[in-house]
Formats: sequence, structure tokens, C-alpha cells
Amino acid sequence: MMYRRLFHLPTWSTRNPFGELEQMRRQMDTLLARFTQADDGRQHAGVFPAINLSEDPDSYYLRAELPGMKSGDLDIHTTGQNLSIAGERMIAPEDEAVKYHRREREAGKFSRIIALPGEIDSDKVSAALADGVLTVTLPKAEKMKPRQITVK
Amino acid sequence: MAETASKELKARDKQEVTSPAEPTRPGLYFTPDVDIFENDTEITLLADLPGVRPDQLTIDLREDVLTLAGDVSPISAAGEEPVYTEYQTGTYYRQFTLSEVVDQQNISAALHDGVLRLRLPKVAKATPRAIEVQTG
Repeated sequence: MMYRRLFHLPTWSTRNPFGELEQMRRQMDTLLARFTQADDGRQHAGVFPAINLSEDPDSYYLRAELPGMKSGDLDIHTTGQNLSIAGERMIAPEDEAVKYHRREREAGKFSRIIALPGEIDSDKVSAALADGVLTVTLPKAEKMKPRQITVK
Repeated sequence: MAETASKELKARDKQEVTSPAEPTRPGLYFTPDVDIFENDTEITLLADLPGVRPDQLTIDLREDVLTLAGDVSPISAAGEEPVYTEYQTGTYYRQFTLSEVVDQQNISAALHDGVLRLRLPKVAKATPRAIEVQTG
């Protein structure tokens, strides 16, 4: 041990003899965590609905998959830089005398607030629900739009 | 009747599936959520297929195997930069083996708001009939 310390080689500290094992265990944990996550490493807030946010120079576009929703069941409003989507998915009940083989679709309430990366022009926000996909178009505020600067 | 207390919906990742035959076009395949129930006269299948238009949906029934395939347009239109992506889009694909004999002429399908309602009427069982015997 003294020999290793004198020549600056890695030593086992006497205070925590299992220090190296702990470090190895932590490294294995992070390695395995990386393997079990989704392959493309996408984040998920864990709140329904899952959204995709994209932008072009003029506006933000927010899309969510909401099958079976009618526009009357949805409540969308903007507050400053946040967009909130709330609603309830209803599944119409069928006759009493049916036997279910499978029941995978879910119904229930949902509510989600999304913070947008930049300021928007709240008066010009529009939303459309077609084929179960909600598309919200949020035009950016004038000062947020990119401005071309010419070099003289 | 409808439930009195609605529960909160939880977000679920879309189930990805490897299609049985190798696809010619690149893209992901997902399993749609499906409700199947039957009564005495027909089998009804309800599938959540958001983003699929009626002309993009293929329903195939051969040799007692029902195949649903729906194409979806890509996530963002051309010219848009993705900022935050939580779900992927891809073709919806699911196959079922039907155990009952289905009256194939009267199958009806309706696609509204991304929900497919497929009605498969069962073959009417032969009704017992008394046969009169003519004399003379």
C-alpha cells in the first residue's frame, strides 16, 4: 500500500475499503440504464397526451394524437408563454349483452400545460382536429421572429 | 351507462412491432389499441388509428386472418424543424385470427376521428326447419 501511494498509483483507501466496489456498481447502473431506455433517447414528460413540437421561422406547431375526440371535448387556452390542453376522452358504452375479447383503449380525463420555448402572438393561435390528430398553430411574436441582417 | 367518476388518462408509449414480412419502405410500425367484442349476431372491432385517413387504411380478410394496416403522414410538414418530440409516427399494423366464421359480404367499416369501427357479421346458423311430406 505504501509503495502504491508513494508512486501515485491508485490505492484503496483504508477509510472505505469498498469504495472501488461502490464506484463500479454505480458505473454498471448508469450503463444498464442507458440500455433499458428507449433507443432513440427521446424524453417523455409522462403526461397524456404525448406532443410533438416543431417550428418554422414564423410559428410553432404542436401536434398530439387524440383519437376519438371531438373538438367540443377539448379545452385549449394560452396563458402567456404556456399552452394548456385539457379534455376528456369518452368511449361510448356498448350494449349490455356483449362479450369483450379485448379492451385496450382507455377513456378518461387529461390535462397538460406545455411551456413554449418563445413568446407567441396569442391572438393568432389556431387549432384543428382532424382524423384524431390535434394540430395547434402558434404564430411567434413579432420580436421573436428571426431577422435577416445584411452586411454592408 | 357512462362511468360516473372519470379517471385520469396516463400517457403510454406507443407499442412498436416488427412487421412479419420485411417492409419495402423504411419506417416504424406500431400496434394500435383495439377493443373487440361480440354479441350473438356480429363481432365488432374498434381500433384507435389517429392520423390515418380512410384512403390510407387497408383492411384485409383472407383465410380467417384479419389484417389492419394504416399509413400515417409524417410528424411535421416540410419546412418545420422539430423542437421536442415525444412520439413517433409510423404505420399501424395488427393482425387477428378469427375463430368464428364471418359473413364476408356484409363486413362494414367506418373511420371517424381516427377510430375505426369494423363490424363482422357472423354467419347465421342454419335454422331448424320442419319439412313437410307430400302425399299422393
